[in-house]
Amino acid sequence: MVESWQGYRGRVREILLAAGLDIGDEVEVVKPDGEVYRGYLMSRYEHAEDGYIVIKLRNGYNIGIAITEGVVIRRVGPGPKPAFKRPEPPKLDPNLPHVSIISTGGTIASRVDYRTGAVKPALTSEDLITLVPEIAEKAYVEAEILLSKFSENMTPSDWDKIAQKIDEKIRSGYSGVVISHGTDTMHYTAAALSFALAGTPIPVVLVGAQRSSDRPSSDAATNLIAAVQIAAYAPFGEVVVAMHDWHSDNVIAIHRGTRVVKMHTSSRDAFRSVNAEPIAYLRNNELVLNDEHYNKRGSNSYDYRPGFSDEAALVKFYPSLSPAIIEYFLERGFRGIILEGTGLGHVASNWIPTLRKAIEMGVFIGMTSQCRFGRVNMYVYDNGRDIKRVGVTPLEDMLSETALVKLMWVLARTRELEDVRRMMLTPIAGELGYRTLPSSMRPEQT
Amino acid sequence: MNYEELGLRVGIEIHRQLDTERKLFCNCKTTPSGGGRIIEFTRWLRETQSELGEIDPAARFEMKKMRRIIYRADTECTCLVEMDEEPPHMLNEEAVRIALTVAKLLGARPVDEIHVMRKIVIDGSNTTGFQRTCIVATGGRIVIDGFEVPIQTITLEEDAARIVESTPTHVIYDLSRLGIPLIEVSTAPVITSPEQAVKTAYALGKILRATRRVKRGIGTIRQDLNISIRGTGIIEVKGVQELDLIPKIIDYEARRLRHLLGLMEELKKRGITPENIQAERPVDVTDIFASTTSRVVSRKISEGGRVYALRLPGFCGLLRSIDDEGVRLGKDLSEYAKAWGGVEGIFHSDELPAYGITQKEVEAVASRLNLKPIDAFVLVADREREVLEALDAVKNRAAEAITTVPGETRGPRPDGTTFYMRPRPGSARMYPETDIPPLIITQSLLEEIASNLPPTLDELASSLSKKHGLSSQLIWELIDSERLEEFEELVGIGIQPGFAASFLTEGYKELRREGYPVDEVEFSKVKEYFELVVRGVTAKESAKQVLSYLSRNPSSSVGEALDKLGLRAPPLEEVVEQIDRLIAEITSEQPHSDPTGPLMGRLMKIYRGRIDGAFLSELVKKRLSALRNR
Ligand SMILES: [Zn+2]
Repeated sequence: MVESWQGYRGRVREILLAAGLDIGDEVEVVKPDGEVYRGYLMSRYEHAEDGYIVIKLRNGYNIGIAITEGVVIRRVGPGPKPAFKRPEPPKLDPNLPHVSIISTGGTIASRVDYRTGAVKPALTSEDLITLVPEIAEKAYVEAEILLSKFSENMTPSDWDKIAQKIDEKIRSGYSGVVISHGTDTMHYTAAALSFALAGTPIPVVLVGAQRSSDRPSSDAATNLIAAVQIAAYAPFGEVVVAMHDWHSDNVIAIHRGTRVVKMHTSSRDAFRSVNAEPIAYLRNNELVLNDEHYNKRGSNSYDYRPGFSDEAALVKFYPSLSPAIIEYFLERGFRGIILEGTGLGHVASNWIPTLRKAIEMGVFIGMTSQCRFGRVNMYVYDNGRDIKRVGVTPLEDMLSETALVKLMWVLARTRELEDVRRMMLTPIAGELGYRTLPSSMRPEQT
Repeated sequence: MNYEELGLRVGIEIHRQLDTERKLFCNCKTTPSGGGRIIEFTRWLRETQSELGEIDPAARFEMKKMRRIIYRADTECTCLVEMDEEPPHMLNEEAVRIALTVAKLLGARPVDEIHVMRKIVIDGSNTTGFQRTCIVATGGRIVIDGFEVPIQTITLEEDAARIVESTPTHVIYDLSRLGIPLIEVSTAPVITSPEQAVKTAYALGKILRATRRVKRGIGTIRQDLNISIRGTGIIEVKGVQELDLIPKIIDYEARRLRHLLGLMEELKKRGITPENIQAERPVDVTDIFASTTSRVVSRKISEGGRVYALRLPGFCGLLRSIDDEGVRLGKDLSEYAKAWGGVEGIFHSDELPAYGITQKEVEAVASRLNLKPIDAFVLVADREREVLEALDAVKNRAAEAITTVPGETRGPRPDGTTFYMRPRPGSARMYPETDIPPLIITQSLLEEIASNLPPTLDELASSLSKKHGLSSQLIWELIDSERLEEFEELVGIGIQPGFAASFLTEGYKELRREGYPVDEVEFSKVKEYFELVVRGVTAKESAKQVLSYLSRNPSSSVGEALDKLGLRAPPLEEVVEQIDRLIAEITSEQPHSDPTGPLMGRLMKIYRGRIDGAFLSELVKKRLSALRNR
């Protein structure tokens, strides 16, 4: 791999370094035909083509200039370095509920350096309340950074770190905790925290943004304000996800951590509760409870039990998928597999011998449905009955992702198949329901 | 007016929608027809703070309003991209090609690589809070009467959403227009007279139209004017749609700026400082107006509002017009109050007593404010918060008037005057659109464009006039009324060129003069009508009648219009019978003369507008020869 400097590689990089240039410096580029460009040197996209430099013209626009034979680049001097003056942050009121904001990745608030286009995340409490001053009206907030990870890089050991940090906050008397998190796997983390912090006496609110915080339309601020409000004042002690309910900014849905999935790649309303309704909504900053079955704030049911095994897997069945995939996991020593089957909970009949073998080896096999909505039932069809007979455990209306996380959590506590089965079917954090109500999939809002 | 003496400098930015298949950053079509499912959603925008911590003046203006933004999305021509719910797709290459063609025609130099930028705009007209824009070429020139006007940049940008409704608490936008490609050509600010400006705008318009790839009609073209005279800031007049307004607006602004410079001198002479003004505080004078005869003031008070007065030391006589009609500082102050405070307007002492406010009330306010003869005051009646915001804006503007003639963003009025809209944005807040990779402009693309350049409009006009045997004046009328494309379409379906051209120019003009809103009739309907003419369903003589009907009945279809007006051709058999009957009649009356003339006369009386005259005359010839042969 060629060494890269601010996105520049190879020959162009050599030319820029030889000219003594730094990002932001004023440069003059003279083309062989005499055309002259003047501007400030900008860094380059890592994945853009080689052979070009990017300059910002005086009018603020960036353009790319091909550095071909005969082009002369000259450093004119340093670019303007304007004085830094940040607005005064609003005063925090210590008489308001104390809320801890823990950042794990994704930028919930940031500034833009309009000269270079660089986005600088808010790092301190002061930074955060300067950028989103509304939260200072709701709570006495303290911000800290625990991890800086893209959410797709999160692992079960990260869940443990987060859980441990929250446990500290719970024990030191905070009114609520807000976790800012990249959205891709936020629902896995939410489920993990739901089990590790079962019965939490205060709200633990995960929050993210579908539009990055460097744009005026970002959903980050509205989601964060909602999360702080929930953390400070909600009557429940639950692990929840606070994200936009729809395309509008004025309704934030508060989803139960074990019942929520990301169902859209880009839209603000990507997070949906499945087989359950959101616990609450914030409509125009007003809390509207939507479910009276919740763990009350301040309840003494808190049971901190961290720890996740990495010997569990999630397999999505599709027509023609070979049961050899199960063999693979068995050979690797996995202790449990969630099958995301079709319909009411099916895989092809030719899987039955392999499933039987796995279960005889003491490996837990749980069944969820790739239908997303509804409950598995393995008694309706012959094939389902056969799969059930060899010992596959139907997991009611549990979400596949939640089932996987729960299995990881259970396997960290026991490896006995019967115990695993029993625990998987015992509700811990609202992940199992025994009544399914009509039209959980919300009608089109207008 | 001697513009040269004033040091008038004008730059023009022409914005024009491109007629591409798809929008600039998504796959929605660019021809909204308003037939889709409509959804409405609510947003707020907050300015992204810059690393420098400063707040942009234009952004602060919008933030201060903190209005709820309501978007209407017609799903027929709006997708998640316009709703800011999906990242933009790649830059539309069709639009890039058109922009490169314009660059070539203007002798501008394409950039080697296009970088899409985000330009912060937080009034809600862009769902993202920024407008995506990119430079396609720099440099170039256009020559006006031997005078060279340099082109600074040629950019491609996304058109903004259309404002539907605006109140102090919310603003509604329709998203259909958002994302339609716009080309922007900006000249250097070297134009020195209103006449030169309008000629430049016309010439640039001709270049854009030569591509034959720009949209036509109302709202597809907007001109921004940057105007200054020696010693003033730059006034940016946004969104001038008609060419004819350009010289009027420039003249008005030159007079306004000159007036303000004069005021500045006078205020200095009077020894007033900005600090004098800033030290003033609004005073509640509601009690003075408890039983006022001013309808506006008493309405505001009865709605729970307050009346405040602000003294403007040394401003006596300076708020009203001194020399030029229509130009006065009082009007500017009122516009500031409206824009910043959302109030309906102000009263100032130079115009009082008037509007139901009595001399007694004026004197009471003056004594409450300890007004000296040289001072002026401003009154505002409205809800208290709005009043104070408004008077704050008035105070700042008055203080500014002592030291400077500030740059502003203003809007055009149809009479050629302008009004204050908002402060000018600070140094452009632009940062890279990281969701879109840069686009390399290859040599082979440039060569392809160079070898496929469209003819200029002059070349086009002379070749069309030759081809269709029409006067070049008529062709230019088609070009200037932007109906050349329509002309070609009508000729394409078989309408005789002379008829098509005079219908589209003279015909429209005549009906417009008679008060028919003919320009609002979709061309697709006009074309449908002429297709029926070609098929013999009706006759082209009914064209104006049908067009005027459609302009007054916008929901009517062409078929309905023909039925309503009784313009459908009767069945052929019926016509033949009629001809035979008339021939018999005429030959019995005048057995020895040729019946053709009187026959045609009577037939046209019956069938005018329903059957084409030429067709009828053919038919008559056939029937006559058939009868003769019998
Ligand atoms: Zn679209």
